[in-house]
Order: sequence, then structure tokens, then C-alpha cells
Amino acid sequence: MTKWIYADHAATTPLSKAALAAMGPYLTEEFGNPSAVSAPGRRAKRALEEARETVADAFGAEPREIYFTSGGTEADNWVLRSAPRAAGAGRDEIVTDTVEHHAVLRTAGELRRAGRPVTVLGVDEFCRVTPEALRCALSAKTALVSVMAANNEVGTLMPVAELAAAARGSGAFFHTDAVQAAGHIPLDVKELGVDFLSFSSHKFGGPKGMGGLYVRGGIELEPLLFGGGQERGLRPGTENVAGAVGMAAALRESCRAMTEDMARVSALRDRLIRGVLRIPGSRLTGDPENRLPGNASFVFEGVEGEALLLLLDQRGICASSGSACSAGAAEPSHVLLAMGIAPELARGALRLTLGADNTGADVDAILGALPGIVARLRSVPAMGKGIGT
Amino acid sequence: MRKKVLVGMSGGVDSSVAACLLLEQGYEVCGATLHLYDNTGPPRPGARTCCSLADVEDARAVAYRLGIEHYVFNFGPEFRRCVIERFARGYAEGTTPNPCIDCNRAVKFGKMLERAELLGMDFIATGHYARVERDPASGRLLLKKAKDAAKDQTYVLYMLTQEQLAHTLFPLGGLMKPEVRRIAAERGFGNAKKPDSEDICFVPDGDYAAFLEKDMGLRQKPGNFVDRRGNVLGTHRGLIHYTIGQRKGLGVTFGEPRYVLAKNAAENTVVLGGSEELLCTRCTVGDVNWISVPALGGPVEAGVKVRYSQRESPAVVAPLEGGGAEIRFRQPQRAVTPGQAAVFYQGENVLGGGTILAGNG
Repeated sequence: MTKWIYADHAATTPLSKAALAAMGPYLTEEFGNPSAVSAPGRRAKRALEEARETVADAFGAEPREIYFTSGGTEADNWVLRSAPRAAGAGRDEIVTDTVEHHAVLRTAGELRRAGRPVTVLGVDEFCRVTPEALRCALSAKTALVSVMAANNEVGTLMPVAELAAAARGSGAFFHTDAVQAAGHIPLDVKELGVDFLSFSSHKFGGPKGMGGLYVRGGIELEPLLFGGGQERGLRPGTENVAGAVGMAAALRESCRAMTEDMARVSALRDRLIRGVLRIPGSRLTGDPENRLPGNASFVFEGVEGEALLLLLDQRGICASSGSACSAGAAEPSHVLLAMGIAPELARGALRLTLGADNTGADVDAILGALPGIVARLRSVPAMGKGIGT
Repeated sequence: MRKKVLVGMSGGVDSSVAACLLLEQGYEVCGATLHLYDNTGPPRPGARTCCSLADVEDARAVAYRLGIEHYVFNFGPEFRRCVIERFARGYAEGTTPNPCIDCNRAVKFGKMLERAELLGMDFIATGHYARVERDPASGRLLLKKAKDAAKDQTYVLYMLTQEQLAHTLFPLGGLMKPEVRRIAAERGFGNAKKPDSEDICFVPDGDYAAFLEKDMGLRQKPGNFVDRRGNVLGTHRGLIHYTIGQRKGLGVTFGEPRYVLAKNAAENTVVLGGSEELLCTRCTVGDVNWISVPALGGPVEAGVKVRYSQRESPAVVAPLEGGGAEIRFRQPQRAVTPGQAAVFYQGENVLGGGTILAGNG
């Protein structure tokens, strides 16, 4: 059995040892319900609140500004649905962009169908939303602007601080989906000036099914769910204590190692990019300068992304084409199309995302396998020859 | 070394049992479900189609039960180009296309076979009712009718080349359908009672005219109903609404029953006539694929089917200059439809087949 080379960290990350260790007691003897009056409940509650503090620290926020959710998707849904109702009088519009994750775009689409005005900004060829474009779209009717911190498919880092300042200047809330960025690049909510920030545990070494939303103090957000009084009544449901504890441990560990990891992983990424670009008919997608430390995404002419992934999989290399959520969709990536890439070329997309656990040998192995695979796929006769079409 | 086979799994009982039988026969099996179009809406009541999301889940469940790998392949663009667009073009040209045949040609035995080879498979397999055997005399691979004559699907497989036949297995060819359902029930597959898919998969509600107009932008103008001499008899709604042999729904009444004899796209006319005018004794066939022989040297006798649900009719098949074939039927045939397939049989063997170009008196 070949050793697996995991280059799909944007899809999910391995559970860190620290996270697993932290979670252990809360999956076994410390099973109390944090809302219970008895001692096990109180211990669970304490663990939950300590986790909250750790997470708050990582983002430069106050613990009371952090709400735990079931993940990034829930956090995005919550903000998009509730934040506009907390905006000033006469403000009802949402402004977002074409390259957001479906958790933002489909929620916005649903809200638009229900009657809320939604403006969707385009991006440039590097997948950037520019402050100028945002300024043109802002008005006295804008309630909420939502722009991700880093794009999940092509890795482009958005100019969040500038975008947030523009939104603030015009009196609108600013939300950033930081699911891909959290734990990988520094994020300080005060420095960025954002009002809301979504994050997801399994993207930085924590367990799946866990995430959260930062809500700037003073903003009164209506809840998405109704039930008991957990999370100050704003996100009911018996808390996933083990999940929160695991997420906190993973986030703390990521932040501690961040400077060193960023340098090492981006060096590996750059070597990978240089090697891949030697393949004829290949192109890097996303911002070449400002991108996530681990993201190396490409399009290849004359190649089917799906076949590419299957052949890489046979060689023990895990990667993806477009985002994991759209795998199984017959349509090419909405992000690549938004960047102006032709649908035929977008079909030849490959996303390699490295993590702190990858090594130089991994990069070598990928560079050893990929050119041959691309060449083999290109040697398959195109559809239509001899098939009677 | 065990031979590897990729089974096309639609989630239905036939392909599920096919996979199961191949495993029991000692092959290394993996399953693949093709994602061909986005049928993401809720299933329409009574719709009997394949390849919806629910079907992917059904196929996956069977794969897990069998302990085999399951892949989903996105062949949306090929399906669109080679099946859906060809379907629309056929109607625009006044013919009646058979998209399931195009799908077999381009997607199931084209793209899927290509993908299987890329993954190192020795064969693909499907749940089609058909048989492949080697002719010991000629060495050619023969496509033979299935044991279950009522389910035989060789009519939609006539286009398979020797190369494709060499890499295809049809495990159900020797079984009767009730046996297949029994095997499924015994093995605990949930799909044993699932109805067979019959409608055009990308038009689940059966309203292909609406699909052509709304989804494919095929707007056809009303034109004249004419008789064979060119006399105008009335107005038709647009060529796509009519099939050869149609009597009802013409929107005009005559003294006696009138049938659609032909559609003329160039003149935008629909030719109507009496029942006896629907009959023809000859037809020409293009894009012919020969199976049991490499080519036809001269005329031969064969049983010919000009539609799926028809018994073969005795005929003489003769090769034409520049490829193609001419069929002369012993008994006149009703409603020979350009665009449909004509498949020639000799006993159990498929001699060959092609696309009907025209039926002539």
C-alpha cells in the first residue's frame, strides 16, 4: 500500500494530537451537560468557557463575543439571515461577491428570493474583490457586506481590513467568512475592524462538526435556532463540549506555530508551484502574491480534473478539483468562472493544499507523479473521434 | 491475477445484480455511477428515470453492501454535447432521435470505457440484457440476444464495435428478469422492487416538447399539414410535437383517420395520409455498424426491428454504395421513423444496425 500524501488540507485537516488529547476526557468520563447544576455539569461548563477564552484570544476578541456553532456553514447562515435585521433603519441590502462559499452564496440567494436586495460583486482575474468595487456598491441601504478572508479554491487573500473600513465608513456591518484563513494566517478582529467572523474547526486541526461566529460586542443578533438558553440564548442546543475543547486546543496550537508554519509551508508551496508550472499548458490560479500559505491551485489545458484526481488517488496522492462541496456537480467551479476562466479550462482544475504536516518529500512525490499523469490524460483521444458523434 | 471490471451502476436492480454476480464469479469489481445532468429537484411522482441523486445513493448503498469501491463520474459536458444537443438537433431536423442509443454510444460505452481503461480496468459491465460471445469460426465477437426475450436490449446496443465488445461484460444475458429480482431480494438489495427506468432520463416528466422549447431554445413555427400531393390540409403547431404514425392530437379533423406520414424540416410541413400510406416496404439506413460480419458483401436475409418494442420482421438487407444499407421488408411496415434505429438480426445474433434515414413506399 503506497504511503498516502495528503494535499487536500482545504477540504479538511487531520485532527491534531493536542486536540485529540484535550477531547479525550470529554468523550469519556467528563460527559456532563454544561447546563446541569451538579459537579460534572459544572466541570463541563468550565471546560467550555475555557475553550471559549482560548478561541477569543486567538482572534483578539472577548470571550463573550464568541459563539459556538456546528461549523462554518451554520455561522455563515446565521450572519446572513440575522445581521441585516440588526442594521440601522432603512438598511436592508446585502453586498457580497461571486466567489464566496456556497454557505454564503446560497443563503444570500435564498434571502433574495424572499425579497431581500442582494448585490453580488465580481472579482478580477486573481479572484480579488477590490475596495473600489465595494465602495461603488455601498449605499445608505447597505446593511451587511460579506467577503471571505481567503478563497477556498484558489487561495487568494482578500484585503479584509480595507473592505471592512469601507463598509464601516458607509455605516454597514462587515462579515468575513474566515473558514480557510483561521489558524493559518493571523486574524485579529480589532485590527481588521470586522463585525462578524466565521470559523470552522476541522480546517485547522480540530474535530468536524464544530465552528463558531465572532460577533462584535454591542451587536444584537437574532438567533437562527430556538430552544434552550445555551450561548446566552442565541444558539440553543446542548453544547458540544468535546468539540469546543478540541477546536480550542487545535487553534491554540496553530497560532503558536503560525509564524514558523507559514514560512515553512509557503516555501513548500512555492517549490510545488514552480515545479508544476514547468508542465506545458499549466496555469496558477489565484493571486500569485497574496495567497494562503498552503494553496497551490492550477488549471491544465486539455485535461479532465476528475480523471486527474482519480489517477493521483491511485498513486496515493489526495487532492481536489474545485472545492470538495462541489465535487459531484456537473458544473465547473463558480470561482474559476468568476475569474474569467473558460468552462473547458476550468474543467481541468487541480487544487493542492499543503499543511504543516507535509514535507519536502511529499512535494517531490507530487512533482514526480503529476507531469506523467497530465501527459497520459492528454494522450487520450478527444471525445468525438471514432465514436460516431 | 483477477480481472478487474468497472460496473456501471444506476441504482437499479439490474446493474446491482450485475455487480453482485461478477463478484461471485471472481472478478475484482468496482462500481461507478454516472452523473450526467443535474436532476437536483425533488423526484417527480411517477417519474421513472435513472441517474438522479437518489439513484446515486441507491447505487452507493449497494456498493457498500457488496464491499466494493464506488465512484461517481461527472460526464455532464459529454452527455450534453453527445446526447442532449444531438437530441435537439434531431428534432430540429425533423427526425425522431433515440437519445438512449446516443448515450450508449458516446457515454456508457464511450466515455465510461475510456475512464475504465484509464483506471486500469480490464472490462466494463452493465446490467443490460444481452450476450457477447466469440464466434469460433470467424473469431469475431458476436452480440447475441438475451435469454429473456421480453427484456432483450440488443436493439440499443447495435453500435458496439469489436473493440468495445472485447471489453464489455453483460452478466444478466443468461438470466430471466424474475430471477434477477429474486437474486436482488435474496442479497438484500433495497432496489428489488424498484420500477425499471423507462422515460428519457433528462426529461423526467415526459414532456419533451416543453423541454426542447424551454431548455434547448428550440422554437418551431407553425406550418402546414399537407397530403402527399402537397395540398394544404391545415396548420400544425411545430414539427417537434408530432411523431410518424401519430393519429391523435393533430388538432384537425377529417372524414377518416389521418396519420403523420413524414415531417419536412426544410419546408416546415407535416405530411398526413391514410393508414395504408403509413406502410412502407423499403427503408434506407445510415451510420451502419456491422457486428457479426466486418462488412456486407451482398444482400442477406435478416429479421429487422425498426423500433424497440417490435418483433423483428423478415427482410433483405443490402449494402449501399458509400456505406449504409437498404432494407426490403417482406411485409409492409407501419411508421418507419427517420432518426430511429434499424437493427438486423440473424437468429440470436445482431448482424448490425444503423439509423433510419428514410422509409420509401
